[in-house]
Amino acid sequence: MRESRTDRLLELACWCSAFMVLAIAGWILFDVMGHGFRRVDLNFLLGSPIDAGRQGGIAPILVSTVLILGVCMTVAVPIGVGAAVALSEYGSEGRRATRLIRASLDVLAGIPSIVFGLFGNALFCRALGMGFSIASGGLTLACMALPLVIRSTEEGLRSVPVEYRHAAAALGMSRTSTLVHLLLPAATPGLLVGLVLGIGRALAETAALLFTSGYVSRWPTSIFDSGRTLSVHIYDLSMNVPGGDGNSHASALVLVALLIGINLTASLMANVWLRRRIRT
Amino acid sequence: MRNAKQRMPETLALQSNAERRRPPRILPRIHVETRKLTLRYGPHVAFRDITLPIRQGEITAIVGPSGCGKSSFLACLNRLTDLFTDCHVTGSATLVGEELVGTEIDLTSLRRRVGMIFQKPNPFPLTIRRNLELPLREHAVSDRHEVQSRMEEVLRAVGLWDEVHARLDTPALRLSGGQQQRLCIARALVLRPEVLLLDEPCSALDPISSGVVEDLIHRLRETYTLVIVTHNLAQARRIADHVALFWVKDGAGHLAEHSRCRDFFESPKCELTAAYVRGARG
Ligand SMILES: Nc1ncnc2c1ncn2[C@@H]1O[C@H](COP(=O)(O)OP(=O)(O)OP(=O)(O)O)[C@@H](O)[C@H]1O
Ligand SMILES: [Mg+2]
Repeated sequence: MRESRTDRLLELACWCSAFMVLAIAGWILFDVMGHGFRRVDLNFLLGSPIDAGRQGGIAPILVSTVLILGVCMTVAVPIGVGAAVALSEYGSEGRRATRLIRASLDVLAGIPSIVFGLFGNALFCRALGMGFSIASGGLTLACMALPLVIRSTEEGLRSVPVEYRHAAAALGMSRTSTLVHLLLPAATPGLLVGLVLGIGRALAETAALLFTSGYVSRWPTSIFDSGRTLSVHIYDLSMNVPGGDGNSHASALVLVALLIGINLTASLMANVWLRRRIRT
Repeated sequence: MRNAKQRMPETLALQSNAERRRPPRILPRIHVETRKLTLRYGPHVAFRDITLPIRQGEITAIVGPSGCGKSSFLACLNRLTDLFTDCHVTGSATLVGEELVGTEIDLTSLRRRVGMIFQKPNPFPLTIRRNLELPLREHAVSDRHEVQSRMEEVLRAVGLWDEVHARLDTPALRLSGGQQQRLCIARALVLRPEVLLLDEPCSALDPISSGVVEDLIHRLRETYTLVIVTHNLAQARRIADHVALFWVKDGAGHLAEHSRCRDFFESPKCELTAAYVRGARG
């Protein structure tokens, strides 16, 4: 078939959009790199902030970030996987409870993070008495990451062809072992994708954390200490600390590198997992 | 039940290959029987009042047009219907006298006794070995030697041993379609069932693989009771002992004819059968 002019124009337009995405990503990376690259070294990564962060490093902030992510994931993953299994395996589509849970997931996914912050502050910091702490922040982030984890785990479960379920049932396999041996392994790549999205959202968060984990930049001694994440640090340096721009850019570079690293690791894990599960 | 197993060799001895087409002197006993079995999906009746005795150690072929409820009928015999939403079964289906419809039977043991093969080969996305191990584990066979010997036994039975014994730890999905289907049969056999339900087991395969699987099914006849759904009348004629024709009447399937294979094709009782057989021939 001969290509008409409209076909070619449309293709050109599509390519333009695609290159624009590439250009934006490239620009951001180069900007961050250009400003921050010279400042990032071992001293920066291993040192404590000095003079409100204008000088010194970000070690305690990295530690707080990792701790908050840890709290967030240890809570979000089990609950998320459990809810996903309940929704897609045990709940029938028509049932009221299923529809209700699904609707509340949509609501959760759409709530602005500042509202999560207020909620986390009221529930975890005050009602549960955890105060401004890494635990409060992590739990608040878990609430935000839940819809992502649940959705993608569910997608993974749904992608398992019904033939496998029938085959398993016809062999007398119980629901539980079908879930453990066939469904969950098949859903793992989906779960990983959800985790990456969730971690991304958590790492990017500032608003919700200002209300819950606070912005103390000291070394945290436990998860009930207040702690500052990288994003909060960047925000604070560039908005509240005159002359903090340099370190703010350097921190941004570390944050972006962290995100890219997590992304790569997850897709690597998904690949390895797929190969191990051998679905050619 | 124990009785059934003891009588199996006798039945075997009575029917050597050469004798197969001749009516056996002693009618084998009924292994699975349905009486007035009716299945509904919601308000829609898939089939109605099917009364069909299935004899032990025979191949019963079910033929009929699309949508007349053949697959649904098979699913009643191992209670796979429990998985279907909105599916209601009434009437009676018995396995050696034990009622299957609407009873609280142990599904795990029922499905160990009644195996099922699907139209599309559906090995699990695991290694060949794991495909056979998984069902055994589920039925509490975990002794290493037992697992190993059963695995070899069934792979030999389906003629796969020579082809795959060197690559048991490679993905089952890398096998060809015909090999996958034979692996699925092996996976069903590894549980040592009494009855095998086969839902168009050859229709997704190329003619050569289809022939291999058909020969395999024919050989299994000596040890198992087989119920096979097929759209291939020539195949039914080659391998079946009894043929059942399902037909659609008023939107629901029913049993139009059930007779000995030769009678079915050469002197059918009902006009419908004659026309169906003629139509499929011409
Ligand atoms: N899960 C289901 N829910 C609702 N209706 C169904 C379901 N499965 C089958 N049916 C309907 O029940 C009837 C019988 O279906 P069935 O699959 O048993 O026919 P079949 O004889 O096996 O057909 P084919 O030869 O095409 O495989 C059809 O009208 C079909 O539309
Ligand atoms: Mg069918």
